Amino acid sequence: MITDEYILSSDNLNVYYGNFQALANVSIKIKPNIVTALIGPSGCGKSTLLRCFNRMNDLIPIFSLDGSIKYKSQELYDDTTDATNIRSQIGMVFQKPNPFPKSIYNNVAFGLKINGYTGNYDEAIENSLRRAALWEEVKDRLNQTAIGLSGGQQQRLCIARALAVNPEVLLMDEPASALDPIGTLAIEELIRELAGSVTIVIVTHNMQQAARVSDETAFLMVNDNRAGYLVEHDSTDKIFTNPSEERTEAYITGRFS
Amino acid sequence: MENRIRSDYTKSLQDLQDGLLILGSMVEKAIHKSMQSLKDRDLQLAQTVIAEDDLIDQKRFELENSAVTLLATQSPMAADLRLIISALHIAVELERMGDYAEGIARISQTIGEQPTLKPLIDLPKMTELATTMLHKSLTAYTNRDKELAIDVCKSDDAVDSLYSDVYHELVGIMIEDPDTVQRATYLLWVSHDVERIADRATNIAERVIYLVTGELSEIDISTY
Repeated sequence: MITDEYILSSDNLNVYYGNFQALANVSIKIKPNIVTALIGPSGCGKSTLLRCFNRMNDLIPIFSLDGSIKYKSQELYDDTTDATNIRSQIGMVFQKPNPFPKSIYNNVAFGLKINGYTGNYDEAIENSLRRAALWEEVKDRLNQTAIGLSGGQQQRLCIARALAVNPEVLLMDEPASALDPIGTLAIEELIRELAGSVTIVIVTHNMQQAARVSDETAFLMVNDNRAGYLVEHDSTDKIFTNPSEERTEAYITGRFS
Repeated sequence: MENRIRSDYTKSLQDLQDGLLILGSMVEKAIHKSMQSLKDRDLQLAQTVIAEDDLIDQKRFELENSAVTLLATQSPMAADLRLIISALHIAVELERMGDYAEGIARISQTIGEQPTLKPLIDLPKMTELATTMLHKSLTAYTNRDKELAIDVCKSDDAVDSLYSDVYHELVGIMIEDPDTVQRATYLLWVSHDVERIADRATNIAERVIYLVTGELSEIDISTY
């Protein structure tokens, strides 16, 4: 159960790829069970920040950081933190849908198996597919290959797969960028449905999407050294109707990209 | 996905429309009470109308903020956009009508303990017509009923006709007896406020026609 006011937070976070500083002094607090959007121009570090939250940056050899990042009260980059375990509590969905070359059923079952699930697989899989608003479309072909699904369906399958292990957080990196407009709206609707039962942090370069889908929005920009920093973080309504920072207003109104 | 696209947004649009109807109802009641206070010389009722105008103002700002948020966050297009824009305009018209009701209540207070100059017959009639127009304009809005909206605009003639009658009658009284000027003027102001209420109702009706057809125009069918 979430007892803290914030489920994810960073304090003076600095991230480096080798000698290049990607993020500078980012202090951000993510509230539980709402949708938080990270927006900003290309290269501002929003995906980097997202990947910090579930240790995905570990996969990049030249990655290093200093500062604190916490999941609830747990330091994410502590020696005592198990990255793999974290990733079952903080799931991720990527820009390009990446279903396994397996059946629809086994895509969702995979995470359950890996995590030693001993309950009823059929039930758990149906539940995940329902939560991802995909069940009705695939219930009669669970044994067919996932690769045969449309882009939008594949993405919802990836979401179902992530949901199967009941994560508290879902990180989404441009989840609709590779989809057509209808597929995009379906994912957005799904995000709105999931908010409330899971914390969602979504990176998107589509400002209108951020405005439609999120409860809070954080705007990042690059400084003179091309490191990303947090400019403003507030309720989405405020950011898009009356932001506090001029730089935010300039970005939102398209005065600079 | 069973057509569950943008359900939050759809609900927000519905909430905005429902909010307008609530505001309309608040204003209708205020108008009715203000004329009642005048007829019955009920100063307590007049004070209630004046105090409750704050609530009308608050509701209007609440609706405006919702409309602005929808515009900023949902990229509304076509009929959705016209709906939100119309809602903004209609909220303002309704709030102004609330102000006129407050104005009538204040005049009622100013008249104070005295009876009105003459028994009120035309003014309550005008008020009845004006509130019917308000009610119809909001019904037209809810049902996207262009014909009903045009009807509202046509009804304005009857109000203007009574306005003219009231004016002539009061001027006649004033000429006859200059001592009545102050008390007659109060009633003139009331009739002006009621005529303005009716006019605002036609503005709402014009917005309904815009909402339905996408065309902005003054519906010029008055003979006055």
